[in-house]
Amino acid sequence: MTTRRRFLTAAAGLAGGIGLASVSRRASATPAAMKDAVRKVVGTATVRQGRVKLDVPPLIDNGNSIPLSVAVTSPMTPADHVKAIHVFAERNPLPNILSVHLSPRSGRARVATRVRLADTGTVLAIAQMSDGSFWSDSAQVVVTLSTCLEEALI
Amino acid sequence: MARAVVSVPSTAKRGQVIEIRTLVQHAMETGFRRTQLGEAIPRDIIRSFVCTYNGEEVFRADFHPAIAANPLMTFSMVATASGTLEFKWTGDKGFSLTESAKITVA
Repeated sequence: MTTRRRFLTAAAGLAGGIGLASVSRRASATPAAMKDAVRKVVGTATVRQGRVKLDVPPLIDNGNSIPLSVAVTSPMTPADHVKAIHVFAERNPLPNILSVHLSPRSGRARVATRVRLADTGTVLAIAQMSDGSFWSDSAQVVVTLSTCLEEALI
Repeated sequence: MARAVVSVPSTAKRGQVIEIRTLVQHAMETGFRRTQLGEAIPRDIIRSFVCTYNGEEVFRADFHPAIAANPLMTFSMVATASGTLEFKWTGDKGFSLTESAKITVA
């Protein structure tokens, strides 16, 4: 026979299980996942701070559309130019945001777009130079209304 | 039918760095969302964007689900010769869209 106490313990266990399940469904990247994604791009090279300027608002109401721009200080000559710019977010379900490939024909190493951010965390921009070096800049972003994981109204 | 808008200066001086803005109509469904019934909505995004200048590739971007709906891309290039700029977006579910613009370089 099911006693009241047994029933309550079972119910609490079930509720805990549901809570755990819904937490795991909110799959969010971790700083480790971002490190892995960065490692895939840069390989064994070291990433230095500087030369890159990442521009993203520090406080965001709605994570669905955030203006983001990256500018890199470079003469953009055939001998010394930016080959690629990669942008990552620490707390998105997928840490990669964008990769752009530039050449001396670009003239200026600056790109701008609009991105989505799932949660408060670090945004990282890495520039790959023609000499093989990597430079980076990061920004702390606070997101009050998250995106990506909300329920669709369909 | 998806639409694309590109902003390219119609004239430029030789060697001048011009700024190009492109906007394309696309929902950029992330693949992480679910319906109210709990079914996962499959990913449907634009994967890549390529810009060619008189047939030569000058800019390429790889998009991930974190790019907002209706992707906007602002970038620059050196105006070398008069000709045509071709923009091409490709993505999931066979999405493909091209747009072109003419530029006169003096």
